[in-house]
Amino acid sequence: MLPENLKENATATALEAFDGTAVVSGKFDRDELTIEIAPEKIVSVCGFLKYDLRFVRLSTVTGVDWYPAEPRFEVVYHLHSLDRNERLRLKCRLPGAVPEIDSVTEVWRGANWFERETFDLFGVRFRNHPDLRRIMLPDDWEGHPLRKDYSITGDRV
Amino acid sequence: MSDLLTTPIPETDAIEATGAQPRSLTLNMGPQHPSTHGVLRLQLELDGETIVKCQPDIGYLHTGIEKEFEVKTYQQAVTLTDRIDYLAPLSNNLCYCLAVEKLLGLEIPPLAQWTRVMLTELTRLNSHLVWLGTHAIDIGAMSVFLYCFREREDILRIFEMYSGQRMMTSYFRIGGLALEPPRGWQQRVRTFIDAFPGKVDEYEELLTGNRIWIGRTRGVGIMSMEDMLDLGVTGPMLRAAGLKYDARKNEPYSSYDKFDFEIPTRTEGDVYARYQVRIEEMRQSARIVKQALEGMPSGRWTADAPHVVLPDREKMKTQMEALIYHFKIVTEGFRVPAGEVYQVIESPRGEVGYYVLSDGTTLPYRVHVRGPSFGNLQAVPRMVAGTLIADVIASIGSMDFVLGDCDR
Repeated sequence: MLPENLKENATATALEAFDGTAVVSGKFDRDELTIEIAPEKIVSVCGFLKYDLRFVRLSTVTGVDWYPAEPRFEVVYHLHSLDRNERLRLKCRLPGAVPEIDSVTEVWRGANWFERETFDLFGVRFRNHPDLRRIMLPDDWEGHPLRKDYSITGDRV
Repeated sequence: MSDLLTTPIPETDAIEATGAQPRSLTLNMGPQHPSTHGVLRLQLELDGETIVKCQPDIGYLHTGIEKEFEVKTYQQAVTLTDRIDYLAPLSNNLCYCLAVEKLLGLEIPPLAQWTRVMLTELTRLNSHLVWLGTHAIDIGAMSVFLYCFREREDILRIFEMYSGQRMMTSYFRIGGLALEPPRGWQQRVRTFIDAFPGKVDEYEELLTGNRIWIGRTRGVGIMSMEDMLDLGVTGPMLRAAGLKYDARKNEPYSSYDKFDFEIPTRTEGDVYARYQVRIEEMRQSARIVKQALEGMPSGRWTADAPHVVLPDREKMKTQMEALIYHFKIVTEGFRVPAGEVYQVIESPRGEVGYYVLSDGTTLPYRVHVRGPSFGNLQAVPRMVAGTLIADVIASIGSMDFVLGDCDR
C-alpha cells in the first residue's frame, strides 16, 4: 500500500497499477523515492520497470543487515532511468534464517556481480543466478563480513 | 644430425601443425601483469590467438572499507573514501560528503562549493593523465607517459598546497573544507591551468595522428550501447559510444550548473573514441578550473552549523560554547538524522554512488560504495570475446579501472 504523499508520484502509482500486491510500502524522503517490494515479486516488478517505465540502468544492488531485528536483511536496488533522469530505490526484506530472493540477472545482466557481492558479504542467496560464487573473498572463506554479528577485529587466537 | 633429418614427423604433431585439430589453451593474465594496472586476474581461454572466453577474477584488493565505515564517526570516515580510488581521492571525498550533507540538510557556502568543483576537476585531470600515460605505455608509446607525469606532478603539488597531502587529501569535510584555501593558491593554479591546454596539444601531437596508435586502437574493443547499459558500464565509455550523459550536467551537484562546459561524445565506441573523449574532457575540465578560478566567491569555507563543523581554534579557546561543541564533536561525533541517501557524482571513471544509511546515531549504519570500476570491469568478457589477445591490453586499458575502486 502506498502512503498518501505518493499518490501523486507517477512512478509509484504506475507500479501500484501494474501489481498492487507487489508494493508493500513506499516513501519519498529527501527527494528520493523508495518502494518496498514483496520479495517473491521482484523479477516481474523489475521487468516492468525496465521495459515499460524505461529504468534501463541498474546502478547497484546491495544489502543491509538489521540484526537482531526481523526480517533481518534488506536487499536494496538502485535503478536509473536515462530518459527521465529519474532514480528509484527498491527494497526487499528477507528473513534472517533463510535469506533467499530471485536473481534479477535475467532483467539486467549487470546485476550478476552486484548480486555476487551481496551474496559474498551478506550471505543472501540469489535463486537462478548464473554464477553464484564469492567474488571478493576467497572461496573457502567462512562467514559473511558485512553482517552485523561478524566481528570487525577478528577473533583472538 | 642425419638422424634428425630423416626422422619422420610424428603424426600427432603434424595434425596440430595443419590446424586440423584446434585445441584451446587457458592462459592466466595477471594478477601481477603490468598492464592490468593493479591486481586483476583474467583467465583467458584461447583458440590460437583468439579469445574464446574471458573470466575476470577480482577481490585481490578487498579491504573491507564498507565494514570499516560502520565503526568510524561520520567525519572520520572521510579518510576512508580517499583510499578507495587512489587516482580520484577528491571525487570520492566529495560524493561521501554530499551524501551525508544531504542527510543533515546542510547548506554549503559558495566558496566551499566552488573550491570543491575546482579541485575535483583537477582530480579528473590527474586521473586522466595517469590513464593516458599508462595506456600509451601499454600500447607501446613510451614517451607520452613522461609528459603526462610531468603535469600530474604539478597537480599533486597543488593538492599538497591545499591539504598537506599529495594523494590521500581528505580535504573535503562534511560541512565544507578542512582548511581555509592556502595563501597564493590563485597564482599556483593559474600558472598551471594557463599552460595546460598547450600540454594537451603536445599529447595529441604524439598520439592523435600517429599511425601505430590508430592501428592499435581504431576498431578495437567495440561494444554496443545496449550491452554497456545492461552490464552497468558508465562514464567515458558510454560517452564514446554516443550517450550524452554526464552527472555533472544531468544531475548537477555542488554548483556544477553554474559552470559552462561541454560533454564530449563520439559515436564509434572503440578504444580510439574513448581516447578522444578523455582528451576532450581534459580540455573541458581545464575550462571549468579556469572559470572557478576567475569567479571564486569569497566568504567562509565551512557551513554555519556549529554542531557539525569544528569551531575555529581562536573561538574554541575563548568561548565556552565553542569549547563545548569542539569537545562533543571530537569525542562522540555528531548525530545524523535517520534516513537514507544515494548520492551520485561523475568521477573520472564514471558513476560513483554512495548509499549512506543512518539510524540516527553518530556512526553510519551502512555505507555502500558503487565504484565505477566494478560496473565497468563486469563488461570485460563481453568486450574481449572473439578479439585477438594483443587487443586485450588495449581494450582493458581503455576502461581506465582502478582495482581499489573495484574491490574496496
